[in-house]
Amino acid sequence: MRREIPLLITAIVGIFFVLQYFIPHPPFNRLNGWFSDWFSIIGACAIWLGALNLIRISADKIYRKRSDWGFSVVIILSFLLIVVIGFKEGRDFRNPGSGFDWLYNFIYTPLSATMFALLAFFVASASYRAFRARNLEASLLLVAAFLVMLGRVPVGDAIGVSLGLPETNISKVAVWIMNTINTAGQRAILIGIALGVVSTSLRIILGIERSYLGSE
Amino acid sequence: MKNVPISYPTFFIILPLLIILNSALTAQPEVTPIDSAAALIPRNITAKDFKYDRGETIELNWKPADRVNQEMLDGYEVYRAEESSDSFVSIGFTGPDVTRFKDNGVVSEKRYRYRVAAIVGDVPYLSEATPPASPTMELVNFNLANLFIIGCLIAGAVTYFIGHARRGKKLFIRKIAGLEAIDEAIGRATEMGRPILFVPGINDMDDVQTIAGITLLGRVAKVVADYDIKINMPVSRSIVMTTARETIKEAYMGAGRPDAYNDDMVRYITDEQFGYVAAVDGIMVREKPATCFYLGAFYAESLILAETGNSIGAIQIAGTAQPAQLPFFVAACDYTLIGEELFAASAYLSNEPKQLGSLKGQDVGKLLAMVVIIVGVVAATISQSWNIAFFTRLYDLMIKLFTVQN
Repeated sequence: MRREIPLLITAIVGIFFVLQYFIPHPPFNRLNGWFSDWFSIIGACAIWLGALNLIRISADKIYRKRSDWGFSVVIILSFLLIVVIGFKEGRDFRNPGSGFDWLYNFIYTPLSATMFALLAFFVASASYRAFRARNLEASLLLVAAFLVMLGRVPVGDAIGVSLGLPETNISKVAVWIMNTINTAGQRAILIGIALGVVSTSLRIILGIERSYLGSE
Repeated sequence: MKNVPISYPTFFIILPLLIILNSALTAQPEVTPIDSAAALIPRNITAKDFKYDRGETIELNWKPADRVNQEMLDGYEVYRAEESSDSFVSIGFTGPDVTRFKDNGVVSEKRYRYRVAAIVGDVPYLSEATPPASPTMELVNFNLANLFIIGCLIAGAVTYFIGHARRGKKLFIRKIAGLEAIDEAIGRATEMGRPILFVPGINDMDDVQTIAGITLLGRVAKVVADYDIKINMPVSRSIVMTTARETIKEAYMGAGRPDAYNDDMVRYITDEQFGYVAAVDGIMVREKPATCFYLGAFYAESLILAETGNSIGAIQIAGTAQPAQLPFFVAACDYTLIGEELFAASAYLSNEPKQLGSLKGQDVGKLLAMVVIIVGVVAATISQSWNIAFFTRLYDLMIKLFTVQN
C-alpha cells in the first residue's frame, strides 16, 4: 500500500490535469488554480524545512569543527541578520530605505551580480575549448561562431565594407545563421522535448515509471 | 479710374457673394460631421456567447462606418446593462479600426444587453440595444480538438508499443553515450575515493525536468549505494529536498543498505539562483567530487557550474531541456543528454520492456512531426512559388490543423 497509494494519487491527479485543459467546465476549470494554491502553501511551509536544515547542518559543522567551518559561521550570521531585520520591520520590510532593503540592494544584489559576472570569463574559457578546429563539425562551429560574433558588432560590417562587400552583409549573414540554421536546430530539439514530456508524463500517470519513488 | 481693378457696383455684388461663399465654406465642417456622424453609428451589432470558454465571455461584433467617416472616429465605446435594467454602463473602449469586443466581466447564465457608441470628440453616437445574450459554459473545448487528436495519436503510439514490448517483442533502442557512461563515472568516483555531486537544477517539483532529474537520481543512488560511496546533493528548493531524500532512502533500502543512508546527503542551500551557484561552486572546489551530474532545469548558472566542475577535473554528465543552456553543457561537460534524452534516460537505464516501449512510441511522434514538416514545407513552397490551388488549400489545412486556438 505504501507504493500503491502514491501511484494512485499520481494517476488520478495526472488524468484530471490532462482533462482540465480540454474541459472549461467546473470543477475542471478550477483545478489548475486550486493545485497552484496548494503547491504554494506546501512550498511556503516547506521553506522552513529547508531553512532549518541549513541551520542544523551549519551548526553541526561548527560544533564538530569540521574543515571550513568558518563558512558555516558566515551562513548562520547572515541568515539570522536578514531574518531578524526582516521580522523587526514587519510588513514594511520591502519599503525603500528599510534595513532589509539596504541589505538587499547593497549586499545581496552586488554579490549576485558578481557571481553572474563570472559567466563572462567562463564563456571565454568554454569557447576556447569548444571552438578548436579538431574536426569538420568543430570547424563549422568555429566559422559560424566567428561570423555571428562579427555580425553582432559594428566593426563586422566595417570589415565587410573594407573587403569590398556591400554594407551590412556580415550582420545579415549573422542574422541568417541565427534565424535559419540555429532556429531550425532549436525547433528540432523542442519537438523532441515536447514528445519526451508527453512520454514521461504517460509513464508516470500509468505507473510504469516508479523510480521517483526510489525503486522499480 | 483706369487703375482701379474693379468697379464699385461689381465690388458690392462680389462682396456679399464672397461673404456667403466664405460662410458656406467655414460652415461646412460644422454641418458635415453631424450628417456623417449619423452614419457613424455602428450597425448590425451582435452579442453572442464566446464559444468554448468557461462561461465568462460575451463576444460583440459590429459593422464599421464607411472608410471616409471612419477617419473622423476616435473609437468605439461599449456599454452593458443587465436584461432587466436600462442603465447602461461603459465597459470598454476600442480603436476606430476595431469592430470586435470581448466582454470578460459577465457572469454565467445572466442575460445582458449591449450598446456600442461611435465616439467623435466627446460626443457618443449610440446604437440601439442588442437583444439579450448570456454566457454559457461548454462541456468540452472543441477549439482544442486538433491538439486532442494529436495527443491521442502520440499517447496511442506510446501505449501500443508498451503493450508490444510487454508481449516480448524485441525493440531496438540506440545507445545514448551519456547514460552508458553513468556506471563508469560512478566507478571512477569509487576508485578515487571521492564523492559524487548531483545537482537537480533550480526549479521546483512542478517542473517536469526536475521530475526527470529525480527519476534519474533514483537509479544513480542505487548504484551509489551498491558501490558504498558518498553522494552530495545540494538543492535550491525545499520540496525537492524532501523528495530527493525519499528517493535516495528508497534506493538505499532497495540496495539492502538502509544503514548507510544519511539525511545530510541532501541539503538545502537557498532559493536564490546565484546564492545557490556560489554555494555549489564552493562545495565543488572544497570537496572536489570525482563525478558531477547536472540533471534538471538550468538557466544562467549552467556554464558557471559546468566550468567549475571542469576546472576540478570531474567527469561531468549533464542533461536539460532548456535549449539555450545546451550549448554550454556540450562545451563544458563530458556527456550531455540533449532534451528528449533527459526524459528517456530513466526508461533507458531501467531496460524494462514496457519502459523501452514508451520510447518507441515517442519515435512514432517524431516520425509524424517529420512527415508533417516535409508536407508543410513542400505545400508552402509550391503554393508561394506557383500559386497552385491544391497546395494552397493543403497549406491552409496544415496551418489550421497545427494552430492551437484558445
